[in-house]
Amino acid sequence: MTFFHRHRWLTPYVLLAPGLAFLFLFFVVPLYYLSYTSLQEGTVQIGYTFTWAWENYSTAIRQYDKQFIRSLQYAGIATLLALLISYPLTYWIAFRGGRWKSLLLLFIIAPFFVTYLIRTLAWQNILSDDGFVVNVLQFLGLVSDDGRVLATSTAVIAGITYNFLPFMALPLYVSLEQIDESLIEAAKDLYASSTKAFLRVTLPLSMPGVIAGTLLTFIPAAGDFINAELLGTPRQYMIGNVIQSKFLVLTDYGQAAALSVILMAVILVLIVVYTRLVGTERLAG
Amino acid sequence: MTAAAESQALPRRRVSPLARAWAFVRRHTITVFGLAALVYLMLPIAIVVVFSFNDPAGRYNYTWEGFTTEHWTNPFGPPGLRDAVVASVEIAVLATVAATVLGTLVALALVRYHFRARGVANLLIFVPLTAPEIVLGASLLTLFLNLGTALGFWTIVIAHVMFCISFVVVTVRARLVGFDRHIEEAAMDLGANEYVTFFRITLPLIAPGILAGALLAFSLSIDDFVITNFNSGTEITFPLYVWGAARLGVPPQVNVIGTMIFAVAIALMLANVVFQWRRIPKGAQ
Repeated sequence: MTFFHRHRWLTPYVLLAPGLAFLFLFFVVPLYYLSYTSLQEGTVQIGYTFTWAWENYSTAIRQYDKQFIRSLQYAGIATLLALLISYPLTYWIAFRGGRWKSLLLLFIIAPFFVTYLIRTLAWQNILSDDGFVVNVLQFLGLVSDDGRVLATSTAVIAGITYNFLPFMALPLYVSLEQIDESLIEAAKDLYASSTKAFLRVTLPLSMPGVIAGTLLTFIPAAGDFINAELLGTPRQYMIGNVIQSKFLVLTDYGQAAALSVILMAVILVLIVVYTRLVGTERLAG
Repeated sequence: MTAAAESQALPRRRVSPLARAWAFVRRHTITVFGLAALVYLMLPIAIVVVFSFNDPAGRYNYTWEGFTTEHWTNPFGPPGLRDAVVASVEIAVLATVAATVLGTLVALALVRYHFRARGVANLLIFVPLTAPEIVLGASLLTLFLNLGTALGFWTIVIAHVMFCISFVVVTVRARLVGFDRHIEEAAMDLGANEYVTFFRITLPLIAPGILAGALLAFSLSIDDFVITNFNSGTEITFPLYVWGAARLGVPPQVNVIGTMIFAVAIALMLANVVFQWRRIPKGAQ
């Protein structure tokens, strides 16, 4: 008999060990170093030393409050738009899709197979000053003749909405698809109007998908910097742009790390508040 | 209520064409919306494909100038593009193999065994999925900075394995949950030992789940920009190449390679859809 036969209780730990050790080393330990770096000061020339530099945090909040608020605004609006587009779309696929369900679902995932940057550049093309979107909007009088869409917050929000839409649509689809249609029929048999049946039966049953979808969309959207960089100008920069340039261009590591810690903390607080408001037990559904 | 419903229902045959048209609109609004949403999702993809055949006049591939297949016959024309694509594929292969092995073992442990550290293990798998990419990338960078690790090919591989593990665990676990363990017991009853049972019975049965996890890991790795951007040093992957080119005007060959990646991914997904159609007997769902 081998060692493992005699110590069967060890098997799950042996299976877990390599994967979890990897995650511990390259996910948990880096978070420690992120906080450690956020309290360091120095420059590339003289090196960085740990000095409990809390001023990294106070300066970061004072200097970049605008970008923080903008990130949350853009991410919030984009999440709402993604929900408004995804809900009817996934409802249609789940209840009217029939045999074509998995094929229609493929359309939702399809954007993921085009490299993120390339699809954002495609939006740059679509929204460009002499593109047809701008021409139509100008024709309708929604954009002035010398106005533009590219390099505005509209373009950045549109880009974020598009890029993270599948994160909203997939969990929504899963929870809508699970709904037993006879429940809706039962509501109608009991004289509920279509609207009422939707509001009292379908919508509550799809809430786990709505909650999961909004979280999965909002979190990456709040940390995004690609859309603001490619579709906006420095006036649309989000907190991600600041973190990226401080780490990779300005090598202001202390403040960059402090900003990352703040971003993570803000997102965590928002998640906790949000799940408290809507009820966590629904997430399990 | 009943009377009202009947009085509405009865004279239906005599309603004006306008009212009938309105009823038709009401019934099919969601279909129209669904189709419009699909067009919206496909629009940037179409732009990417169409502009891979464009013959741009200057550096910018924004306006349609004429049809050419030149970029398709010479996809690696621009300097550095071939190296970037090769690096991306190498990194994706290495990261996929490592993440799939580590993630599958973790998934096996989580589904098959009861053990104390379960909650911690689940947390360690779940949290990386919810953290914004920029925080994952930034924290890993601070680890490498503080340890004095040189950034490059291998730090990118480590970063990719890190964020792919959780996705593999989730995918494989979903497959394992529906697994009928009686088949394994039958094999053991027929005299197979644990190793033979694992390699001859368990592994072939969960292989589709592992394959799905591996494909997901590969597509996430080859598409990743944010985390790679933080940990690449001077190494250039395909998304980093696109990022660098975005400022100076992206060559149409980028669209060609984007289209190729898209076509391969869609072909694999379609194969999967067809496979599922065949597997599910008629009337089973």
